[in-house]
Amino acid sequence: MITFMNNSDSEEEPCNERTSLMSAESPPVPSYQDGPQASEAGEVQGHRKRRAGSSRSPNNVTDGDVSDSGVPVRESALENEEEELTLKYGAKHVIMLFVPVTLCMIVVVATIKSVRFYTEKNGQLIYTPFTEDTPSVGQRLLNSVLNTIIMISVIVVMTVFLVLLYKYRCYKFIHGWLILSSLMLLFLFTYIYLGEVLKTYNVAMDYPTLFLVIWNFGAVGMICIHWKGPLQLQQAYLIMISALMALVFIKYLPEWSAWVILGAISIYDLMAVLCPKGPLRMLVETAQERNEPIFPALIYSSAMIWTVGMAKPDTAARGPSQQMWDAAEDGREDHRSPSHADSQMSETRSPVPSRPITSFEELEEEERGVKLGLGDFIFYSVLVGKAAATASGDWNTTLACFVAILIGLCLTLLLLAVFKKALPALPISITFGLVFYFSTDNLVRPFMDTLASHQLYI
Amino acid sequence: PALGLFLFTIARDPLRIIILIAGAFFWLVSLLLSSLIWFIAVKASDPQDEPLQKGLLIFGVMFSVLLQEAFRFLYYKLLRKAIEGLVALSEDGCSPISIQQMAYVAGVGFGLMSGAFSMINLLADALGPGTVGIHGDSQLYFLTSAFMTMVLIFLHTFWGILFFHGCEHRHWWEIMAVVVMHLAVSGSTFCNPLYVGSLVPSYLLMATAAAWAYVLSGGSAQNLRRFLLCKS
Repeated sequence: MITFMNNSDSEEEPCNERTSLMSAESPPVPSYQDGPQASEAGEVQGHRKRRAGSSRSPNNVTDGDVSDSGVPVRESALENEEEELTLKYGAKHVIMLFVPVTLCMIVVVATIKSVRFYTEKNGQLIYTPFTEDTPSVGQRLLNSVLNTIIMISVIVVMTVFLVLLYKYRCYKFIHGWLILSSLMLLFLFTYIYLGEVLKTYNVAMDYPTLFLVIWNFGAVGMICIHWKGPLQLQQAYLIMISALMALVFIKYLPEWSAWVILGAISIYDLMAVLCPKGPLRMLVETAQERNEPIFPALIYSSAMIWTVGMAKPDTAARGPSQQMWDAAEDGREDHRSPSHADSQMSETRSPVPSRPITSFEELEEEERGVKLGLGDFIFYSVLVGKAAATASGDWNTTLACFVAILIGLCLTLLLLAVFKKALPALPISITFGLVFYFSTDNLVRPFMDTLASHQLYI
Repeated sequence: PALGLFLFTIARDPLRIIILIAGAFFWLVSLLLSSLIWFIAVKASDPQDEPLQKGLLIFGVMFSVLLQEAFRFLYYKLLRKAIEGLVALSEDGCSPISIQQMAYVAGVGFGLMSGAFSMINLLADALGPGTVGIHGDSQLYFLTSAFMTMVLIFLHTFWGILFFHGCEHRHWWEIMAVVVMHLAVSGSTFCNPLYVGSLVPSYLLMATAAAWAYVLSGGSAQNLRRFLLCKS
């Protein structure tokens, strides 16, 4: 639920090095060493970019021909250009995030509209014990608020737990936890999903085939997510997983609770990321300090970086200094698996090989991308999916929520470009989404219906 | 066709996509406000009174048109500011996207959103079983809706271009012309289901707007001829 720009690979963009310079203040030595070299490389890149002339040049800085490595540029001029470059590539990044979010939402909406299973109420999660079938409105409201409180506290507890584990370096435990949850997600939920879809379309499938399909899907998914794999496959898996999680939420959360939870979670996100003592912020800072990848974690990265050292073979150089981490997901899950959040996707930076190629010239990095936590995907999809499922105005409401969420994402990314540090991605989008949902459902729908029945056009 | 426009001209450039979505958003907000007004008006009035309801509806439609144009204006202002920002940021001192392109994209944004809102429920219902016009309404309901939506989307695009051009050069009469045209088109739909009354004028207006926008964008008969004959 935080978005970041991946700025750790400083050689790539001058703005990277600026951030790593910023982070050099709090963290100790390792990233500080990166500073000067990074700035040099950054300058080179910046210079190269300026010579490239077009502001829309593909951000592939993979032209690793940084041969004239020693071109020093004045720092002050560099600062300005960093800013420009950051904002200039902003549009491309926004699109890089729009596409997966849109895809996820499309999958969720398509499923909701076609498969009946996800809109039937078959019980609730243990995290939301209070039922909403109560006779009075006040009681229902009270129940949903109580449900929300329980859910949010579960999430907070999980997040704090995760942060503590991370702080005390119990990496194995966390890895195991994440692997277990991703296993469950990939296999169990996919099985249920596939079963329901096949039922809806009345397609028969025998067990051996099913087993084979699910096994392959799950195995490839595990490898892709936790280890290495082609970027697009990884992204596809992440999207599918987020969609599955979102569908589970849509099915098992009662109506009003879902809306109140969405609201509460964006407030929580805001606090957790921005307050100095917030768990997510501490997590991010700890990761920055240690200059390590934040787990095969719950993060969707829009581009892969294979950084090659800045003459430094260690992984510290490519540490993902900033990432969006969405640890809160951990909390949400139905049964056993402790955290499994949706995300199991490591930012693809982690498989970065620590090549001992140490020359500057081999900077083959791809565009550093923006990272978005998978929890964000999930909640956006939950909002849109709920809109599709429960709104009686159907598609209009869904479409309105979709546009609202995209605009919120745009604004968040804009703020990210301005502030250059981890930001919560949920609040703005969810607020817009909720506002638009309720207003479209209640206000626009009757208007449009009346217009359509008279075939009037505005 | 609008989708084709989108794919060919807008989907390449990320900035245009953002402008498109923002345009759609502005249209949506204007719709929201206008339906709020209508809703209040309806609630405050007597639901049994038919002519009053119809009158309120007409009022709602007109008000909505005016609001849409107002939001188009606001969007124009926003884009002006954005262009200044982009110019400042770009390397060679000129903006990566011109105001005309923005006008075009904004128009498409508005149009797509309005078209989507008009058509999508219809399409969803069209998938299901049923007979068109079984209660004595026109049997051509779907067809005419489709054509009307298409013409409206194109009109929004052209209006976008005209409007922005008018704002740029301070030709207030251009802006007024756009508003009047919009009102006229919406008004003509009141003649539905007498489709002759609404479709034909709309298409005529669209042709006019198209020609006007084309001329404004620097085209001419020569360009057209060269394009059609595939000369270079």
